[in-house]
Amino acid sequence: MARSALSQGFENQQQTGTQGFFQSIHIDWPLMTGILVLVASGLIVLYSASGEDWNIMTRQMIWLFIALTVMVLTAQIPPHHLEFWAPWVFGIGLMFLVMVLLFGDVGKGAQRWLNLGLFKFQPSEMMKFAVPMMVAWYMASRPLPPSLKRIFIALLIILIPVGLIAKQPDLGTSILVGSAGLFVLLFTGISWFFVGGFLVLLAAIAPVIWFFYMHDYQRQRVLTFLHPENDPLGSGYHIIQSKIAIGSGGLYGKGWLNGTQSQLDFLPERSTDFIFAVFAEEFGLVGVIGLLAIYLYIIFRGLVIAVQAQSSFGRLLAGSLVLTFMVYIIVNIGMVSGLLPVVGVPLPLVSYGGTSLVTLMVAFGILMSIHTHRKLLTS
Amino acid sequence: MANTQEKLKDHLRETRIFSSRVIVAGVGVVILILILLLRMSYLQIASHEHFTTLSQNNRVSIVPVPPTRGLIFDRNGEVLAQNLPSFSLELVPEKIDDVDATIEDIKEIIKVSDNDIAQFNKAQKRKRAFQSLPLRFRLNEEEVARFSVRQHQFPGVEIKARLMREYPHGSLAVHALGYVGRINEAELKVLDVADYNGTTHIGKTGVERYYEELLHGDVGYRKIESNARGRVLRVLEEERPKPGHNIFLNLDINVQKTAEEALQGLRGAVVAIDVKTGGVVALASMPGFDPNPFVNGIDSRSYRMLANSQDRPLFNRAIKGRYPPGSTMKPFVGLAGLEYDEVHGGSEVSCIGWYQLKNDEHKYRDWKKTGHGFVTLHEAIQESCDVYYYDLSLRLGIDRIYEFNKHFGFGAVSGIDILGETSGLLPSREWKRAAKHEAWYPGETLITGIGQGFNVMSPIQLAVGTATLANYGLHLGPKLVYATQESGKGTLEYLPLNILGIVPIVKKENWDYMVSSMKSVVHSLRGTARGIGKGVKYTIAGKTGTAQVFGIAQEEEYDQENLEDHLRDHALFIAYAPIEDPELAVAVIVENGESGGSVAAPIARVVMDAYILGKKRG
Repeated sequence: MARSALSQGFENQQQTGTQGFFQSIHIDWPLMTGILVLVASGLIVLYSASGEDWNIMTRQMIWLFIALTVMVLTAQIPPHHLEFWAPWVFGIGLMFLVMVLLFGDVGKGAQRWLNLGLFKFQPSEMMKFAVPMMVAWYMASRPLPPSLKRIFIALLIILIPVGLIAKQPDLGTSILVGSAGLFVLLFTGISWFFVGGFLVLLAAIAPVIWFFYMHDYQRQRVLTFLHPENDPLGSGYHIIQSKIAIGSGGLYGKGWLNGTQSQLDFLPERSTDFIFAVFAEEFGLVGVIGLLAIYLYIIFRGLVIAVQAQSSFGRLLAGSLVLTFMVYIIVNIGMVSGLLPVVGVPLPLVSYGGTSLVTLMVAFGILMSIHTHRKLLTS
Repeated sequence: MANTQEKLKDHLRETRIFSSRVIVAGVGVVILILILLLRMSYLQIASHEHFTTLSQNNRVSIVPVPPTRGLIFDRNGEVLAQNLPSFSLELVPEKIDDVDATIEDIKEIIKVSDNDIAQFNKAQKRKRAFQSLPLRFRLNEEEVARFSVRQHQFPGVEIKARLMREYPHGSLAVHALGYVGRINEAELKVLDVADYNGTTHIGKTGVERYYEELLHGDVGYRKIESNARGRVLRVLEEERPKPGHNIFLNLDINVQKTAEEALQGLRGAVVAIDVKTGGVVALASMPGFDPNPFVNGIDSRSYRMLANSQDRPLFNRAIKGRYPPGSTMKPFVGLAGLEYDEVHGGSEVSCIGWYQLKNDEHKYRDWKKTGHGFVTLHEAIQESCDVYYYDLSLRLGIDRIYEFNKHFGFGAVSGIDILGETSGLLPSREWKRAAKHEAWYPGETLITGIGQGFNVMSPIQLAVGTATLANYGLHLGPKLVYATQESGKGTLEYLPLNILGIVPIVKKENWDYMVSSMKSVVHSLRGTARGIGKGVKYTIAGKTGTAQVFGIAQEEEYDQENLEDHLRDHALFIAYAPIEDPELAVAVIVENGESGGSVAAPIARVVMDAYILGKKRG
């Protein structure tokens, strides 16, 4: 299935007339199909995970509508406009981040929100696309691969917002923002030797981060990840219950709305960060393979868009956004299944919550913009 | 322009580099997704069973349902022990963050004594944290209402309705019935933990303890599905508990009441036995105590008062009391004399107030200083002449006294269905050699013959001996319970008669002679218990006894007045009635009561009246 859709995408660029309408409103239909299938599956799981709560369902659908609208609007912006505005978006985002640290609202022990009167706003979210835009802008302005000095400056561009977000503290978002920036660097063609060296450096400074920059609750999460059974009713509870949910699902699952772990409240955060466990419990390994196939399809469609992009900026940005989307998936499923420590990363387009939904749709909007404005540039 | 050309060249190179990087990224994505899939297969296929079990354990738990304890009835169907619904305040420690603080908060709403808290803490140590533990029992309606209003402030604290043991007659027959109490550590070690899962109380003494297994019943189970907060959602499976058996006693609560009232203000015991069955009609030990506070743990101050009281209310005199039988032993020794043909009805002995052994200066005195003159065995029983018995005992010798009396159950436990009875002591040559490493002296035979010396008996033994005499040698084991009833079934299961032995009869006339002698104790003008013969509507055979108290403990020396009180003789009386068709045998002991005839005998009379006349009325 993924294959035929992919090839359809290839055909798209030759047949100018057939899908002219979607071209004119700048929607990439193959990508859109994947997103809609994923979002629909997400709603089905959420219905079960929320305990058939129509209140939550309605709110999620409103958010979906808003997010899809934002995506379509974003797709209308030509990539060179995005490139032009990149430093501005980054600058404003950085300013918001500083403001959050100074006067942000505190929730759950962390300072993440900026109260703008009318609505609350989480500036770290916009950095998920603002940082790769900025790095791509900076890198695309000179021939690639970049010089060592430029790599160093790019790292600074990444590290400053990541540090500010980590200070809130929000480990999940800082990982996503950081990797979004670094993926841009990876696509610029920096030498593998440099990539390896960077990973070694990261391993070396990890203990420093552990002792000087991590909050107690973050350290606790890592410790819990390593030994969840030490505190089965305390912080290890999430991981243990989530593994029970997934494991007891088996090959075919317990059936929709029949997951005992989730329906009987044993699974915490089951509508948000741990919704994958509900999915795995009710639909089993077969369902999981299906879900991962949809994700894989979206990622590969994204990579095709990146390859076909015509500007350096578009390529770098598209590639980075696609891989960041993958990081969401790996980190979320990894933590829910006990492979990675618990960090607050939602399952993209499935977890309940509007903020991440809008951010992700902006990213997909950018991808569509890069792909659909391509024709106009060549013709 | 050169610049454009350079850019164009760069553009191609960039595309090439980018495409190779995208391929690497694509491979990376596939590898990472495959790792996730591997992890999922491990969790969902390889460990599926393990996690299914954990998931089952999460939601399904097995809750024991304790059985309802069997009821206890007297011989007329009067309820002696029942279960009443009672509200208790229970805590599930697992669900409470700070148990101590919660108890402090509860204290402000409901009275909780230090004793309750101590009991709770004890229970908390041996129960698992998810089990519900009672903190307070017997909440009244006001307390229930007051707590219910604030229920929401106390997660993990609940009011539960439980069935509580209650003894409607209070202290009446407490030494026969016994009582239940909370299971303690020692009991927990021996009892079947599975069967007592959910049971909080166990029989501690009396019938409640002896028939614990029957009364308890079998535990039931409920398989329940609960959510993460422990809320029960539905019952998946249920095995109902099997209630305990109901138990029917030979005890007649009216006769028991008469006996206890007669002993009011005294220290002593009354045992009344149904001659034909061995059934225990009354078993009184006074003073008694109210068992109801013991059910949920009596507070330590009240317990100390009971335990340290000089009157020893907790002590079951009827089965544990060791008393010298005194002259109440005379019918048995006299019968031995007749049966062994050492004396006959006409044999006379001259009583001059004292008796001397050959080659012995010691004078063995009669209770009557002036002596009884020439007496036959009949008169020796009627007037309780000691000198006659000194002479008779010497003729019989200790071996034959021991042999004959053994048949009546003296010197061995009676086998009554209450635990902890004494075997008393019927002395013999062998016993003395084994216990004291000494030979038997003839003088000891003399005082054994009048029920003094080493001789000690419990009231139950005396009553059984009397019943055996009334039965002309048929020795029946005493039983408090006559029937049990499986719950829900109408039919009673009767316990068989417990025939312990038959006294070999040489001549029936000898027994008739002894019976008529005992009759004259009550019904003749010179009988020692003639006082109770007045106005009696049936015939009584009896024997009085006045036993010397010896062996003053050293610590008693300090308290001069009490010492004197405790030095006074015990008053005893044994009897059965009616003589023609014996129904009831009674043994009465009043500690330091001094006179068997005027203190102990009237008690036996009212008890027999209550039973024999009450039965006729009923």
